Amino acid sequence: MAPLIDDDPRIIEFDVRTDEMLVNMGPQHPSTHGVLRLVLRTDGEIVSEVEPHIGYLHRCAEKIGENLTARQWIPYTDRMDYLAAMNMNLGWSLAVEKLMQYQVSERARHLRVLIAEMGRIASHLVGMGAYGLDLGTFSPFLYAFREREKILDLFEEACGARLTYSYITVGGLTADLPHGWLRKCEEFLDQFEPIIQEYHALLTTNAIFVKRTAAIGVMSPELAIEYGCSGPVLRGSGVDQDMRRDGESIYTAMYEGYAFEVAVMKNGHYPRDHAYPPVPADAILGDCWHRFFVRMLEVVQSMDLVRQSIDRYAACKGPLGEPVKLTEKIPAGDAYLETECPKGQMGFYLVSDGSAIPWRVRARSSSFSNLAVTHELCRGCLIADVPAIVGSLDIVMGEIDR
Amino acid sequence: MADFLINTVGLPEWLAWTVTAFVAAALILNVIAGGALVFIWAERKIAARIQDRLGPTRTGGRFGWLQSLADGIKLLAKEDLMPEGADGMLFRLAPYISFCASFCAFIALPFAFDFVGQRLNVGVFFVVAVLGLEVFGVILAGYASASKWSLFGAMREAAQVVSYEVPLGMCVVVPVMLAGSMDLVTIGEKQAGWFTGWYLFHDPFTFVIFWVYVTCAVASVNRAPFDLAEAESELVAGFHTEYSGLRWSFFFMAEYGSMFLVSALAAVLFMGGWNGPIPVATLLGLSEGTGDTANYFVRLIGCGNLVLKATLGVLLMMWVRWTLPRLRIDQVMTTCLKYCTPIAAAMFAGAMLWQLAFPGGIVRGLSRPAGEIREGWLEGPGGLPVGRGTLMRKSAAAGSSELLAEPLADAKSEAGIDSQNVVQVVP
Amino acid sequence: MRGPGFLEQLEQALPGAVAGSRLDALDPWIEVAPERLVDVCRWLREKSAVRFDAIECITAIDWFEPDPKKAAKVTWQPHTELVYHLWSTASRVSIVLKVNLPRWKGDVPGQLPEVGSVAGVWRGANWHEREVYDLSGVWFVGHPDLRRILCPEDWEGHPLRKDYEQPLEYHGIRGR
Repeated sequence: MAPLIDDDPRIIEFDVRTDEMLVNMGPQHPSTHGVLRLVLRTDGEIVSEVEPHIGYLHRCAEKIGENLTARQWIPYTDRMDYLAAMNMNLGWSLAVEKLMQYQVSERARHLRVLIAEMGRIASHLVGMGAYGLDLGTFSPFLYAFREREKILDLFEEACGARLTYSYITVGGLTADLPHGWLRKCEEFLDQFEPIIQEYHALLTTNAIFVKRTAAIGVMSPELAIEYGCSGPVLRGSGVDQDMRRDGESIYTAMYEGYAFEVAVMKNGHYPRDHAYPPVPADAILGDCWHRFFVRMLEVVQSMDLVRQSIDRYAACKGPLGEPVKLTEKIPAGDAYLETECPKGQMGFYLVSDGSAIPWRVRARSSSFSNLAVTHELCRGCLIADVPAIVGSLDIVMGEIDR
Repeated sequence: MADFLINTVGLPEWLAWTVTAFVAAALILNVIAGGALVFIWAERKIAARIQDRLGPTRTGGRFGWLQSLADGIKLLAKEDLMPEGADGMLFRLAPYISFCASFCAFIALPFAFDFVGQRLNVGVFFVVAVLGLEVFGVILAGYASASKWSLFGAMREAAQVVSYEVPLGMCVVVPVMLAGSMDLVTIGEKQAGWFTGWYLFHDPFTFVIFWVYVTCAVASVNRAPFDLAEAESELVAGFHTEYSGLRWSFFFMAEYGSMFLVSALAAVLFMGGWNGPIPVATLLGLSEGTGDTANYFVRLIGCGNLVLKATLGVLLMMWVRWTLPRLRIDQVMTTCLKYCTPIAAAMFAGAMLWQLAFPGGIVRGLSRPAGEIREGWLEGPGGLPVGRGTLMRKSAAAGSSELLAEPLADAKSEAGIDSQNVVQVVP
Repeated sequence: MRGPGFLEQLEQALPGAVAGSRLDALDPWIEVAPERLVDVCRWLREKSAVRFDAIECITAIDWFEPDPKKAAKVTWQPHTELVYHLWSTASRVSIVLKVNLPRWKGDVPGQLPEVGSVAGVWRGANWHEREVYDLSGVWFVGHPDLRRILCPEDWEGHPLRKDYEQPLEYHGIRGR
């Protein structure tokens, strides 16, 4: 038999091998949460490498911030994490207040807690629903959006906007709550509380859901910390860190007097003050299931905080206080503040040269750091696991690309 | 119909058969297309109600019942796109292959006692085999689209459908074994009478295997939670990512056709086919012997029964789809190879032993209306049906088999009807 | 990180690395010599009493006033300042490192200033350094994969520099 050369047609019979394939997942893909592009290197169904490409939603927010006064930049923070715009407003406002050494009134402080925690619930509802969508179940998504709509209705009543609020601002809030708002909010909470069990039934404890998420995308605490992951992604790995408790004093002072337990697994169990479903036997700390579960726990935790803040806010009879002037001069210097946003620790860095317009603004996005870890988690998983892992990080492209 | 055309109208035989075939094909085509329209509308409404929405409300007045028609018109008017690198002929061919497979399987499906496109003595085998051909269309579509996502969808579909044929076949074999025939009409006939006579309630093993069948059927028609070939959150839209317009709608029609088919097959094999849970017609004395009109009426009710049962099956699939997340490909294969196949095999053996121990079943003898045997469609010389739907009433007074016509007796033994059974039901 | 003890330890371990510090500022910071940055970071992560195991943010501030009238009044020399925000998960404290770089390497416009990459110290720094390179134009020596991250790969210029001018057109799209 003659030796085979490269273009010999017979070579096909001998050389049955598989080629690696490069696949573009996104930027137009149903499960990449916006305009994320993942380049997958796959061998059949097995993914050997994932490379995220970002920047499709880059709007130069930081450059714009160098041309606006600190308060004028508030609407741009809305558009970062547009699913939790209230928390973004709060983060930037607190960072500016830190540099200005400004203290908001007691009433404004409790109202901020109330609004921020409602924002957290709304954001986690989207995260939870969209995660169901990533795993191929459609209905929980709409059940989540139904409840989120009610929160948005409340927000609309408070500030007039449904998505980009600009409600919390430097020096307080733009307006006080309208009459009867607190009662409606309490009604919502009473109505919402039993519905969480529905989500647990459809997702958290669903056998297929557990199969798809348990022991998938396991992130060790060391890896999470090294990549600067934060929020539920970090706590899902068992790291006990929550900026509301561990952050800087200007932020923790806001939560002073509030009772809450950080939703993290300690000594093999989660805080046990609510009727949570049990952790499935297959789940490993740091996998997709735990990240999802931490979010679910935080919804309950936030509801608790909202109830506390309603009482405290109602008890505060003092004035709400006016926000600072739009053209208020900021003292020279720099200040960096991280707040616990629903997606993780959102940091704002402000450098001022003493004028009203900051010299440099910087947004440290939590989703940016959380997404950076994707390629570590997706190595060697199946294609179907990629949406499961990326979805469990609960990213928002508006915040990553800024 | 063919004998009517030959004997009464006087058409030549070949023409008569051709006309008959066209009429049957047109009817089946309408069942699939009309069924798809109704099911798509139903799926939208059901999905909407499951999700606390309203679904379509305006098109066609109330309930948006014309929504699928409007969509159909939209799809007709859409530009027919083909990717640049696609293999043109295969790309165009693929949806029709899928649709044809789905359509062909309907030929052997009996809607009522003799409402069947072509009665085949290997009906079960034919339906399952032809339905399995649908995967060719999908693989071709995935291959010819020149898209990686399509290819992934196609490969998944190939792996999944081919694997699930095994447990599906094992499930289907059980009723065949109980009925002693692969003829779907005979299998349906054997379950006549009260609902206790259905093979679903024949013995514990058939009850279990029915649910295995349901699982495998859902998997073999690619519905959630086994819809990996489409998997919109992973593969964009899987094998039909690159399709648009009418070709895309052919895939859709094939999917809904197959859904209806496997549900109808479940109804025939396990749930008494066209026989209602209560033999109303028999109780009313409206039996097939009471004249042609009554005869036809009974079959129409039977047809309604089957469609109702099949629709229930389809609704079940929709309910599952809008509730459960999707499995992963390896989990789908695990379900098939580690659970469905061994369970089906064990249940098959169990049903066999049960049949050996209690031939004819335990409750069956009690529940069957006494003194009645239906022989079914019997074939005379030349393949022409004779004595179609004849009801034989056997009683002690009338004597027994000598009353039967001579060809009938032959056909009876040909059809392999268990004589022990016949004896059993004679009071 | 308040208190002088920490700073002394750092100076003892890496003499000459600390170029300046202010521990009573809003965010206490230490200025590090550019060439010692990676050593300092490694020491902070692995050897110091408080292990700074997470990098939160890297920011580049372009200290440059393009308007000549205003430029005459400023008190600083044009330079690029890198700010590293570090965080210790175990001790829950943060520290800020500052590094001053020239705006251009060797003051030749177009030559990006260089500093050692800390992506080898914290893997999370990888994307942050890519972003700084992309938007502010700092070259991180030793970075495994220094490419643009937010802007397209063929984009010209570094938008967060104060003298950045938007291109007139980009692939046929009007810029300004």
